[in-house]
Amino acid sequence: MNLCPAVKNILLLDSEGNRVASKFFTDDWPTNKAKEAFEKAVFTKTQKTNARTEAEITMFEDNIIVYKFVQDLHFFVTGGEDENEMILATVLQGLFDAVAILLRDNVDKREALENLDLILLCIDEIVDGGIILETDASSIASKVSTNSIDSAAPLSEQTLSQALTTAREHFVRSLLQ
Amino acid sequence: MAQPLVKKDDDRDDEADYSPFLGIEKGAVLQEARVFNDPQLDARRCSQVITKLLYLLNQGDSFTKVEATEVFFAVTKLFQSRDNGLRRMVYLIIKDLSPSADEVIIVTSSLMKDMNSRTDMYRANAIRVLCRITDGTLLTQIERYLKQAIVDKNPVVASAALVSGIHLLQTTPEIVKRWSNEVQEAVQSRAALVQFHALALLHQIRQNDRLAVSKLVTSLTKGTVRSPLAQCLLIRYTSQVIRETGVNSQTGDRPFYDYLESCLRHKAEMVIFEAAKAITELSNVTTRELTPAITVLQLFLSSSKPVLRFAAVRTLNKVAMTHPMAVTNCNIDMESLISDQNRSIATLAITTLLKTGNESSVDRLMKQITNFMSDIADEFKIVVVEAIRSLCLKFPLKYRSLMNFLSNILREEGGFEYKKAIVDSIVILIRDIPDAKEEHSSSLLAGLVFNFCLNLVLCCFSQILHFIGNEGPKTSDPSKYIRYIYNRVILENATVRASAVSTLAKFGALVDSLKPRIFILLRRCLFDNDDEVRDRATLYLNSLGDGSVAETDKDVKEFLFGSLDIPLTNIETTLRNYEQNPTEEPFDINSVPREVKSLPLVEKKAPGKKPTALGGLPPAPTSASDAYERLLSSIPKFANFGKLFKSSVPVELTEAETEYAVNVVKHIFDQHVVFQYNCTNTIPEQLLENVTVIVDASEAEEFSEVGVKPLKSLPYDTPAQTFVAFEKAEGVPAVGKFSNTLRFTVKEVDTSTGEAEDDGVEDEYQLEDFEVVAADYILKVGVSNFRNAWESMDPETERIDEYGLGPRESLVEAVNAVISLLGMQPCEGSETVPSNSRSHTCLLSGVYIGNVKVLVRLSFGMGATKEVAMKLAVRSDDVNVSEAIHEIVASG
Repeated sequence: MNLCPAVKNILLLDSEGNRVASKFFTDDWPTNKAKEAFEKAVFTKTQKTNARTEAEITMFEDNIIVYKFVQDLHFFVTGGEDENEMILATVLQGLFDAVAILLRDNVDKREALENLDLILLCIDEIVDGGIILETDASSIASKVSTNSIDSAAPLSEQTLSQALTTAREHFVRSLLQ
Repeated sequence: MAQPLVKKDDDRDDEADYSPFLGIEKGAVLQEARVFNDPQLDARRCSQVITKLLYLLNQGDSFTKVEATEVFFAVTKLFQSRDNGLRRMVYLIIKDLSPSADEVIIVTSSLMKDMNSRTDMYRANAIRVLCRITDGTLLTQIERYLKQAIVDKNPVVASAALVSGIHLLQTTPEIVKRWSNEVQEAVQSRAALVQFHALALLHQIRQNDRLAVSKLVTSLTKGTVRSPLAQCLLIRYTSQVIRETGVNSQTGDRPFYDYLESCLRHKAEMVIFEAAKAITELSNVTTRELTPAITVLQLFLSSSKPVLRFAAVRTLNKVAMTHPMAVTNCNIDMESLISDQNRSIATLAITTLLKTGNESSVDRLMKQITNFMSDIADEFKIVVVEAIRSLCLKFPLKYRSLMNFLSNILREEGGFEYKKAIVDSIVILIRDIPDAKEEHSSSLLAGLVFNFCLNLVLCCFSQILHFIGNEGPKTSDPSKYIRYIYNRVILENATVRASAVSTLAKFGALVDSLKPRIFILLRRCLFDNDDEVRDRATLYLNSLGDGSVAETDKDVKEFLFGSLDIPLTNIETTLRNYEQNPTEEPFDINSVPREVKSLPLVEKKAPGKKPTALGGLPPAPTSASDAYERLLSSIPKFANFGKLFKSSVPVELTEAETEYAVNVVKHIFDQHVVFQYNCTNTIPEQLLENVTVIVDASEAEEFSEVGVKPLKSLPYDTPAQTFVAFEKAEGVPAVGKFSNTLRFTVKEVDTSTGEAEDDGVEDEYQLEDFEVVAADYILKVGVSNFRNAWESMDPETERIDEYGLGPRESLVEAVNAVISLLGMQPCEGSETVPSNSRSHTCLLSGVYIGNVKVLVRLSFGMGATKEVAMKLAVRSDDVNVSEAIHEIVASG
């Protein structure tokens, strides 16, 4: 019996239910067709709800799905029916905030597609094969963004500029809240 | 299959629909991938191309084997680049390409180099990639590095290694199990997530060793666990330990309960919730234990976060099924949730209220629900209907308002599943609540007539007609139904007409005064244009007599109302076979096997998942012994063994996680013993056929083998049974030891197609031994007042003796040993020994084979040297049995 909290999938859909970036960690949806059917069903089910200020939650086919929308992007995290809802919500929040940091609070479909590499790396840093790796948004974002810094830059400068960027982002975020 | 992101209206709204992947095409991207081969690598451009490839893969485009191999080889060139960002993308795409074993070798050396790099990011990711794509053989080469990585001072690296360990444990457990020292060290890590991952891995390594898990939990619940996630894990492990140990020690407090309770005061919501949920799921939880958890959940109900409200109300909903009274305090908070924006929360709140509500609040609640029903989806309505059904069964006096509600919603719009749920509920209620029968059969019919016009689906009709046929004739005025039913004969299609004819016939058979009228109606059906309807009408006309007002034959009634005790699927397969092999002989119903076949795996995996039952009722548990009895009597060989006396709990004959899992249930009959071997095949690549258990009873001389029921086939992961029967002297509690060997023909199965090969190999598999002991012949049957029962027994039958039990750790141990030796039911809580007591009296009761009632009074005393002495007094209906009990104790 596996007692470890598990994430079944992470979906990022646009405002028409099309896939922007999705990652499935279990075999519950073996084909792309099944995956798309699941995405469509989840999208239709949640479409009319208002999940913009607080994360919302629903059940679908013995799964718990927590979700949050921003602009024309819909974020979903799915877990089994016995999963602790709060854990899934923490994963969702981690993803949501990390993406916001990486896209410099400019979170919409266009920006997400233009920085798809960052989005994919971000998902990769949050969950590995269904097991939660990290839920803290700033750690996730820093793990993803260290990669884009040019390795040619001197070490001391690198950390300093990175620190400045992070500080600036945090400052902007605190103003926005 | 390319899936361009172009939308039809992109001319009109070009700006908004802009996408960097507009018009992307697989062929072109694969061409672009040639830049990976340039001698002067452009890191930025390479990253872009990888992103495009990942985009295609993510959108569901599949690469052919050749394409994937080409891309993979090109990507391996990129290890030359020293650009961090590019390297990160390379890792990502290697995981997504999932290369084959011979390709993995190409990147192994590069990845191993990265695993020893000084850059933490390289180390962590190289570990994750390598563990993802590697197989067992390679693992031994990198094992040393992985062990180092687990205790790496960088938390990201340690986590990467630990998480990879969790994945690898599924495929190569023997290697990962060797890392437990390092993992143990990582559990003490100061980094929160490392602790979480280490704890998860350590538990999985040790999960089959209960003692180790228990030790782990004991040490960690005292220490500090930093990450909330690790805390949640620990709570889960703790409740597992409680589940496994809690049953024995009923001495006051539950172990670890204090820990769970302290978690309710944790600062992270996920931990608080996990602990509250764990407490509500404890077995036999007391109200005192529940209260703090319910209080916390009640606070969550008014949280601003929907997720928290949902989690709380869902848990309370489950609690309401078993402890409705504990939840009533939250009723006010829950009533305000009926208007919650999130309809899942509202539905859960409603159904919880329906479960906890008392008789007086029903009417008010129904009013609120009526408003609510119009704006929720069908799936939620079904849940509500089911909740109302159980409420109505709980408060039969309120059936009127509840039935009215159901009849009303039946007239409103809704899908088939929803209507069916309503009809099912009404039928159940009418059947179970006598008052409702008369009044509502007609209102149900009226409601249905309305729905018939709306073309409701067929199976509902036949169900209703069948139901009316059984219940209608018993009401005070059956004649009023006949018109309704005959209307069906005129209006509906052939299937419904045929059911209506049967229903009419049932009225005719039960209500003699109606017979002439029924006959007229049935005669009209003889002119129906459908064969089945005409056949049925003819059949019933002939079997019901001559149409006069006269008593119907018993045989005819039996024929009309008796049920078929053969599974329909079996008849179907037998009939198919009969059709395919035409013979002169008529079909014989007795040739149909009566056992219920287990479904083959393929069907089981079909999307048979029920629609989400938000708080749906669990199926009524049928007692195990009933199920066993039915199972055994369906096997012709064992049908004449008489009444089943006792079935033991399953005894495992294999270690956990072996190829074949087998346990045995001992069924005791008066003159026979049947061993039921429950076998599970855990190897997907194998199909076992002709499975039998060869039993060596040389150490059980009083038994002689009389029959074997082999198992025809045992597919992967579908438990099935084989049986061996033994004969013994009547009423004698014969004991003995049995050694077992599983014998079978094994066939290879191609897992991709599910087809088994034609020829198999005979093989054997050694199982563990088990014994038939005296306790197997005693049923646990409690008595409510032991003293009265004891005194009502003939004192002449009493046999008293004293025994020395030797040195024991504690009295508890001695008491438990004797109870399990005798297999009798402890009465009046006397199995609980107060701690530190030096003497104790234990009362047992049971029924001995041959239906002889036995009462036992045990007096224990413990001397200074921990020597335990016991006085055993037995009374029973038969002196011989009293003596037999003494013999059991003397020889045990």
